[in-house]
Amino acid sequence: MADLSINFAGIKSPNPFWLASAPPTNSGYQVQRAFEAGWGGAVWKTLGDPILNVSSRFAAVSFNGQKVAGFNNIELITDRPLEVNLKEIYETKKRFPNHAIIASLMVEPKAEKWHEIVKKVQDVGVDGFELNFGCPHGMAERGMGAASGQVPDLVEKQTYWAKEYAQVPVIVKLTPNITDITVTAEAAIRGGADAISMINTINSLAGVDLNSWNTIPHVGNKGAHGGYCGPAVKPIALNMVGECARNPYINVPISGIGGISNWQDAAEFILMGSTSVQVCTAAMHHGFSIVEDMIDGLSNYLDDKGLASVMDLVGKTVPKYSDWGDLDLNYKVVAEINNDVCINCNKCHIACEDTSHQCIDLYTEDGRPMLKVREEDCVGCNLCSIVCPAEGAITMKELVHTQPPMTWNERQSLISGFAANSSSIAR
Amino acid sequence: MSNSLAKNFEEIFDGLTTYAATVEANRCLYCYDPPCVKACPTSINIPSFIKKIASNNMKGSARVIMEANPVGASCARVCPTIELCEGACVLNSEEKPIQIGHLQRYATDWLRESDVNLFTPKPANGKKIAIIGSGPAGLSAARELALLGYGVTIYEADEKAGGLNYYGIVSFRLPQDVVEWEVQQVQNLGVEIKTSTKIGEDVLVDDLLANFDRIIVAVGMGKVPMLNIEGEHLEGVYDAIDFVKESKASFTDKMLGKKAVVIGAGNTAIDAATCSVRLGAEQVQIVYRRTSKEMTAYDFEYDFAKQDGVEFRWLSLPKRVIGDEAGKVIGLECIKMKLTDIENGKGTLTEIPGSEFVIETDAVIRAIGQAKQYELIEHLGLANTRGVIDVEMNSLKTSNPKIYACGDVIYGNGYGEATVVSAAQQGKDSAYAIHYELNANSEIA
Repeated sequence: MADLSINFAGIKSPNPFWLASAPPTNSGYQVQRAFEAGWGGAVWKTLGDPILNVSSRFAAVSFNGQKVAGFNNIELITDRPLEVNLKEIYETKKRFPNHAIIASLMVEPKAEKWHEIVKKVQDVGVDGFELNFGCPHGMAERGMGAASGQVPDLVEKQTYWAKEYAQVPVIVKLTPNITDITVTAEAAIRGGADAISMINTINSLAGVDLNSWNTIPHVGNKGAHGGYCGPAVKPIALNMVGECARNPYINVPISGIGGISNWQDAAEFILMGSTSVQVCTAAMHHGFSIVEDMIDGLSNYLDDKGLASVMDLVGKTVPKYSDWGDLDLNYKVVAEINNDVCINCNKCHIACEDTSHQCIDLYTEDGRPMLKVREEDCVGCNLCSIVCPAEGAITMKELVHTQPPMTWNERQSLISGFAANSSSIAR
Repeated sequence: MSNSLAKNFEEIFDGLTTYAATVEANRCLYCYDPPCVKACPTSINIPSFIKKIASNNMKGSARVIMEANPVGASCARVCPTIELCEGACVLNSEEKPIQIGHLQRYATDWLRESDVNLFTPKPANGKKIAIIGSGPAGLSAARELALLGYGVTIYEADEKAGGLNYYGIVSFRLPQDVVEWEVQQVQNLGVEIKTSTKIGEDVLVDDLLANFDRIIVAVGMGKVPMLNIEGEHLEGVYDAIDFVKESKASFTDKMLGKKAVVIGAGNTAIDAATCSVRLGAEQVQIVYRRTSKEMTAYDFEYDFAKQDGVEFRWLSLPKRVIGDEAGKVIGLECIKMKLTDIENGKGTLTEIPGSEFVIETDAVIRAIGQAKQYELIEHLGLANTRGVIDVEMNSLKTSNPKIYACGDVIYGNGYGEATVVSAAQQGKDSAYAIHYELNANSEIA
């Protein structure tokens, strides 16, 4: 059986599955239940100066009858006294010495504030810190969370202040509410971050009630934007992890966060460069027991792949992630329909006909409805295979190269080479 | 007594919950050019009404159904869906078909409960149509004609409107209130329904011809024919159609603890048998001269009857009803049959000499099909083939150019199916044919 334990910038954890800093890690009772269920680590609900919360706080988006495709919250950081949290962190760590407890922190962007909280929390024995530069609602209006996380200089400075007193690894949690996340990631590293984690939640409004015309959620008929997470944000998070992982200036471990609901999602984040993964929405939807299959599934997957340790999986897809300009313009796939498997829902036909390249023909053969791709017109867009509900009915077939591989960047440099040559000849 | 039996006659399925309907509606693939629509005799745009359930556009969903099928709430319950839309569903090969019938019921139940008015007739065009019969074919034709602005009068011989849907289908499959609602929808459009009115007795055919621009005959079929065997006039021998009809009005205790034999294995035989069980019969047997392969009842009806505890006796031909001294049924004598030469169609049935046996029973119910409406057809003076009115293939026009016919009264000579949904479509077809003809004439004039 593969070894699932990780060493994340010096933080040891029996497995890569951590609960993200959020409602599930609000108290010692909850975190201890999580560890009993099998979670390898927990990032404690963000500590800072006491706040007040509102009611209601959460909302979710359903998609085609599936509950919680996306999740939105306007809850702030912990609303419990710091002393209570510290006492419970201490007790939890004592009961579970081999599990990772990371304290999430958020204070005003002032050196003394960071020094003070780091010292206080460090004394109870946490394994690491996670600086919350991502919370997009409420706290941001007071200059904290995402508001400071969107300013690279503030990210760098605050990281530096925390690092001045931190004796355990410092993770910087980044906000996705920014154009290029690698900029703030680099700022964190300049500040001395031992690791980065992403993504925090995305600015969002879950919906509008069509009867009352209230926002969803609303607090006494008034709403404010919240932070979006859950399965819907996974592709956004995965890209941000990948962009950081392949950036040559970002050489610290990454904790991947964003819509991770099962071991497959986790494995994708790990392949994309995450050493640990953090989960919240899936646990809020189904309870802590979901970690059992995460551990079991990942373990079986590693065994199937012949990998001895989950650490061997980290970042394996990163070299395959690149810029559009580095993609081979002469690589070609076309759709191929297997009429023996096809169930004739014609979804591929209408998708192609209405919205793509009009290359799937409907016809009958001996009275039997059939579908065929006109390969010469197929651009290999994948749409038909995406909408096809019948497993194996449509495959995207690789065509033999008729021309040598050539990327856009190679093509442009060739053209500019020709131009330079011809202009020098002309001269 | 009747109160305790009433529970047995409540609809067998409560309908989908909102949760189940949402899950099921979202399971629909929303196929392009879908086979379910092609399989529906009324061509309901099934993916459209299902997607509207998924988007909680219930009014839109109900409209898609009712627009295509004026008796859509009845059809949601009695359509042999597995032979039609659900049988054609592309998901049959993947897992299981979408429960189209149940979803149709969910949408039409919403409509019945919400009391939304979906349709508004066009202004009156001054033309008058008489429809004989208020079953699914007649109602369907009336609805379409009323929407087009025709003045429509339906003549119904029975006390209540609805025809087969009201009287001929057991209430645990199709409750009367559903049929009453569908009748009401048609009446809401200004259609007048004259019940307890027999053509040829209460109203003369000549008067109809004189007072209406066109006439539609939608009288369905008649009673169950006699078996022509000894003893069938004894007390305790029933006509299955009458038997089911009676159960719609009141629940008698005449079957309580009794034994019953139903002769025949079609839809009505199943209804009569399950009806007997629900009236408290102790033992119910279906006797059929052929086998389960040849019976006309659908598989789901067969399963339903078996679940109700109905026993089947195949290859048994009734020879004689046996009565006691008081003239009451005490048994049915049958003879065993042999089916040979099956390769050639239905095969050859022969009696096995000396194989006579007697089934002890208190009741014998005839369910061997329905008689043609010879009397009325003769009265109307329409050309027919063995009691089936001859019609033009597409217009459904009879030998009298002012008279059209649809539904079961034209079933039997290769036209349509003896189903409610097929009757509904023919009702629409006859309405459009009349509209086309009358408009073509007026334009020429």
